[in-house]
Amino acid sequence: MSQEPKQPSAPISLASLGDAFDPQVSLRHDSNCSCHTCAAAPRESTNSQQQALSAEAMLDRAIENAVVRGIFQQSDLSRRTFLSAVGGSTLAAIIGSILPMNEIKAAVQESSGKLEKTKLKVGFVPITCATPIIMAHPMGFYSKYGLDVEVIKTAGWAVARDKSLAMEYDASHMLTPMPLAMTLGAGSTAKPFIMPAVENINGQAIVLHVDHKDKRDPKQWKGFKFGVPFDYSMHNFLLRYYVAEHGLDPDKDIQIRVVPPPEMVANLRAGNLDGYLSPDPFNQRAVWEKVGFIHTLTKEIWDGHPCCAFACSKEFATTNPNTYGALLKAIVDATHFSAKMENRKQIAEAIAPTNYLNQPVPVIEQVLSGRYADGLGEVKNEPARIDFDPFPWHSMAVWILTQMKRWGYIKGDINYQKIAEEVYLAADTGKIMKDLGYSAPDSTYKKYVIMGKEFDYTKPEEYASSFAIKAG
Amino acid sequence: MLSVNQKAALVSLIFLLVALGIWEASSQPPKAQEALSEYELLMGGADQEARIPPPSAIAAKAWEELSNPFYDKGPNDKGIGIQLAYSISRVLSGYFLAALIAIPIGFVIGMSPLMYRALNPYIQILRPISPLAWMPLALFIIKDSETSAIFVIFICSIWPMLINTAFGVANVRRDWINVARTHELKPLRTALTVILPAAAPTILTGMRISIGIAWLVIVAAEMLVGGTGIGYYVWNEWNNLDLTSVIFSILMIGLVGMLLDLGLNSAAKLVQYQE
Repeated sequence: MSQEPKQPSAPISLASLGDAFDPQVSLRHDSNCSCHTCAAAPRESTNSQQQALSAEAMLDRAIENAVVRGIFQQSDLSRRTFLSAVGGSTLAAIIGSILPMNEIKAAVQESSGKLEKTKLKVGFVPITCATPIIMAHPMGFYSKYGLDVEVIKTAGWAVARDKSLAMEYDASHMLTPMPLAMTLGAGSTAKPFIMPAVENINGQAIVLHVDHKDKRDPKQWKGFKFGVPFDYSMHNFLLRYYVAEHGLDPDKDIQIRVVPPPEMVANLRAGNLDGYLSPDPFNQRAVWEKVGFIHTLTKEIWDGHPCCAFACSKEFATTNPNTYGALLKAIVDATHFSAKMENRKQIAEAIAPTNYLNQPVPVIEQVLSGRYADGLGEVKNEPARIDFDPFPWHSMAVWILTQMKRWGYIKGDINYQKIAEEVYLAADTGKIMKDLGYSAPDSTYKKYVIMGKEFDYTKPEEYASSFAIKAG
Repeated sequence: MLSVNQKAALVSLIFLLVALGIWEASSQPPKAQEALSEYELLMGGADQEARIPPPSAIAAKAWEELSNPFYDKGPNDKGIGIQLAYSISRVLSGYFLAALIAIPIGFVIGMSPLMYRALNPYIQILRPISPLAWMPLALFIIKDSETSAIFVIFICSIWPMLINTAFGVANVRRDWINVARTHELKPLRTALTVILPAAAPTILTGMRISIGIAWLVIVAAEMLVGGTGIGYYVWNEWNNLDLTSVIFSILMIGLVGMLLDLGLNSAAKLVQYQE
């Protein structure tokens, strides 16, 4: 060897995961190692050969290695002497008779589990709410958990719903009310869906056309045409709540239309809409295009409201429990990463390209950083403009169901808490959050104050009927 | 001395250049000011109005896209060549499926006045339905967006072919069929050797109308369902309000549509005959 490669000092480096039952292989691979792999090739190629092992085989190797090392008290020399005397298979057989090697392997893998399926398709609608789902791809969160995920851009929520129902997507970015509605069969064929994680909280806004700069009081909005991304969306329910609190009946005094988020700005410019309550980046994009201004952030309506979610069919989770677990871990991890302000600039650049959001970087940066131009001549600073928190509170589901009841999307008696607990898998998420070292809340219900009115999750029916303005 | 044709070509070229020149001159962005305030930066510059991009920007975009038409940067970002290939393959599979069904049925309808009267009401009801209206139903029943898109192409291209085939077959000159009958030709042989060549120009006209419609519809269908294809490309750039790319893709859609039509036109010339 003419060139001595630098030797890492890690106790078990990748290179040292050699076959423990081969007397020719040193498990130390130090700088003067004379084993055939080190002698024949520089260290890099040893590494790449080792990396060619699958993750599972690698884990097996590591376990064998640890057991053999333990038996020979970390003395590589005595291991190799012993092996050349009796042969590798004899040692393997002896150890196998004393220690149940296969069971140890199985027990170690239990926690990570064998993935039933590693190639997955996950749908997303190109909005910043989907940040964790999208950025988990370029920033490697899916591959970290052994998954090969394709994130597929979807034109709108109805298509996302249909592709999910058809199992074309293994899992999808959805709006928090969608899995509830799909499970109930409201505006959809009924199929049990589960929602193990919320993506973002806050992060929406009411945008008005620049012509309406003088109409900041919602009472002046009679006859306005508003866009929302979907019937079963927080956008629809928050807009309805907001105008109703200002005395307008959303079914009579204004018109609410369903417009896919990417088409909002074009419709606003064309005058088809007077305003919209939509996901970002299309609020900020309207400002960037000088066709609209931000009237209010939804954070001002209900600070901490949920918006988008990560959901899949119950069928997918039960037939592929380990894959589902790994996917959820990747999402929870990515969501926490997105929640950190210092990562936001990097995320903005990662998700701006055509393959993901296809938006100018400065627009996404303004959304994620909360330092933005409001379109009225001011630079605002609202670090809580959008935040990311995966925990699916059951009380959020109950609130959504009360609003679906209030506006007539569902009729009859509803067992609010039962549905909430069936669809929002707070226990799973809490467990994974704790496994990954994040703190998770102990209860799954809490009270909210929305525009000064308290929501008590123990009395959903009374809450739904307590409003003066409601359907029917 | 130039011929009239050459003069006409020259004049239309001048018209084009003048129009492009006016367009180019009228859509120049204002000169950038030196220092922008933070607010102006966050607004994307002090420029007040978004404007239609000048032809030079579109040409630059076209050069950029066409010089690397087959790149693949993930499932949502592929080169224009790949997108067009997806759309063309969808159009052709739906279209040939439709031809496979429409031409034999059209034959039956054309040859039998009974079947014509029995099936005509259904055809008249189904024909005017916008193919995109089938989309939600197709997605629900087929449960696959790719096949649904092909189905939509199938359903829109079947009617012109069906009706034209029936019309062409029904209007074959009686004399020719009578001649076939006096030669005691079997009905199948009559259909293949006498009626088919006689009706071929009409059938080809139907096929030409169909391919045009199919190409119109695929763009809309892909905008709706997304994923891949030139329609998705338009939608994705609309999403980004990038008019330069939108205009470029409009030109590409027109070009491919023209090529498809030219292909069928030359096929139609092969079956033309003089009476």
